[in-house]
Amino acid sequence: MDLQTTIYLVVGASFALYIGIALWARAGSTSEFYVAGGGVGPRVNGMATAADWMSAASFISMAGLISNMGYGGGLFLMGWTGGYVLLALLLAPYLRKFGKFTVPQFIGDRFYSKSASTVAVLCLLTASLTYVIGQMTGVGVAFSRFLGVSSETGIYVGMGIVFVYAVLGGMKGITYTQVAQYVVLIFAYTVPAIFISLHLTGNPIPQLGLGGDLVGTDVSLMQKLDSIVVDLGFGEYTTTTAGSTLNMFVYTLSLMIGTAGLPHVIMRFFTVPTVAAARSSAGWALVFIAILYTTAPAVGAMAKLNLHSTVNTAVVSGGDLYAVESSIKADERPDWMKRWEKTGLLKFEDKNGDGRIQYYNDKTKSDEAKAKAEAAGWKGNELTVNPDIIVLANPEIALLPNWVIALVAAGGLAAALSTAAGLLLAISSAISHDLVKGVFNPNISEKGELMAGKIAMAVSIFVAGYLGLNPPGFAAGTVALAFGIAASSLFPAIMMGIFSKKMNKEGAIAGMLAGLLITLFYVFAHKGIFFIKGTEYLDLIGGPNPFFGITPEAFGAVGALFNFIVAFVVDKFTKEPPEHIQHLVESVRTPRGSKAVDGAH
Amino acid sequence: MDKSGEAYWKATLGLLTKILAVWFLVSFGAGILFVDLFNKIHLGGYPLGFWFAQQGSIYIFVALIFIYAKKMGEIDRKFDVHEE
Repeated sequence: MDLQTTIYLVVGASFALYIGIALWARAGSTSEFYVAGGGVGPRVNGMATAADWMSAASFISMAGLISNMGYGGGLFLMGWTGGYVLLALLLAPYLRKFGKFTVPQFIGDRFYSKSASTVAVLCLLTASLTYVIGQMTGVGVAFSRFLGVSSETGIYVGMGIVFVYAVLGGMKGITYTQVAQYVVLIFAYTVPAIFISLHLTGNPIPQLGLGGDLVGTDVSLMQKLDSIVVDLGFGEYTTTTAGSTLNMFVYTLSLMIGTAGLPHVIMRFFTVPTVAAARSSAGWALVFIAILYTTAPAVGAMAKLNLHSTVNTAVVSGGDLYAVESSIKADERPDWMKRWEKTGLLKFEDKNGDGRIQYYNDKTKSDEAKAKAEAAGWKGNELTVNPDIIVLANPEIALLPNWVIALVAAGGLAAALSTAAGLLLAISSAISHDLVKGVFNPNISEKGELMAGKIAMAVSIFVAGYLGLNPPGFAAGTVALAFGIAASSLFPAIMMGIFSKKMNKEGAIAGMLAGLLITLFYVFAHKGIFFIKGTEYLDLIGGPNPFFGITPEAFGAVGALFNFIVAFVVDKFTKEPPEHIQHLVESVRTPRGSKAVDGAH
Repeated sequence: MDKSGEAYWKATLGLLTKILAVWFLVSFGAGILFVDLFNKIHLGGYPLGFWFAQQGSIYIFVALIFIYAKKMGEIDRKFDVHEE
């Protein structure tokens, strides 16, 4: 069977599975629509959370980023997993005990203020909408690269699939499709990694292979990789940091806080039956996430080694990397390179006209590498590799069978669709529950609210699809913004609501706004106001990264710090929260008396 | 024994502090601040600091959450505030 047919079959089968689940898991009440009825077990919820959380970026881009960054890429690994420790310890069990449908409802009730919940809705919508654009474009990308259709068609098909299970089933439909999507995506990610690890190191477990010796030698894989990349003028793989140590520290912390504060993740913990289940469910979520996240560094490092040995024969033979015959002849390059050149993700340009491919760091700071390249007559790096290739083309680089390539296509789509559905539910429930029922029409019937939820979901899908089809030119920067907003506004507000009995509404609102505004101010200074090119105002704040050299992507933790400080100062000068709110906090802190989650305001 | 809400909360915060200390030490400590120091030691082919940043801290995070869930269950029972 040819590759294209295999891909259609595998992807088609996965879609049929999702639709089948959708028809089986229809939502008949608001409780089913918002929290899947509230009886999802901790393991099932953990698996659904893992799929909800691992987006197109985790699946497609992360290993490539690590491959490019080396050791510094660890900030994504630690940041995106360490956040679950914060979520499990500081937020999830308490929000579950509180027992309401949405995150803004907690903020509104705890801070006895409609304004507080409206500010929270605003933060939630900005964070989730910017995030969902990336998922929709991810669906389009996966379709166009693997199925040979335009990315527009891909987005329409993706919208259709999500529409069926999210509108019909709400959280109930989404939960069970996410479980199926997790299974698809984890197989798609680990199977190629196992093959490659086995091939390079003889060890089928990638996590161990990465720390093992290369087959038939007593040289460790990482030692070999280090010596090759250093010889070619790149930074040493195992020690290159992402910016300064301080920046890496703050960046990691920002990702952790942002992860814990993302509403579409928090919401998943409203579906479990008890407080104790919320605690252990966070552990199960991280188990399922860790399977992918501990495989990613192996995929990144091994693909890097494979790529170098594909274009430079001296990598395997151990000879001189700069010898003429070491670089492979351009017209003898493997077919997969030619295939991916068509997509523009891989570019080859023969700068010195010798008909061979030289892949090295031509901007190196190492005098030794510079001298060697000059002596060999190299006139600049001739191969440009988009980081996304590392996962997408990995099976082809390792010459794996067609069904593995088809599986990777289905896995990429599963990752993007599952995250998109979770985000869309966060958006639509904030609209139907916190705005329609909470603010505009508190007397709406349960049936009316369910209908409002479904309509809000349908509209959100169209908005997300529209934004995916017409990305506003700032799609790339938006995921960082989503984390920055969650970290600087929502996380501190929720945490203070639980851990400070005396925090009042004035403090919480001022804190959320301060955290949000300072973060937006810093990000917009670098990237333009609402990411519109030409509106950057770096001169105003004294050049790029003026705050101790911290990059805008890493700024969320600083925004959170501002939030805390402003909140406590304002709290000092305004009056205490009423008695019954302090009792509410006490009851949120103790598990006894937990009830099924409901929507009463 | 003091079974008041304050005593329960104090016990909870004590547990959180211990767990978060380990959380901080393995990621920010071994994986970032003291990575060079740890890299002098090797774990198979892994420099140890690199291993903490890209593998070890994740395994320890998983363990931490389950330890927290178990210990919290014990504290709940001790102060008689557990769910049925």
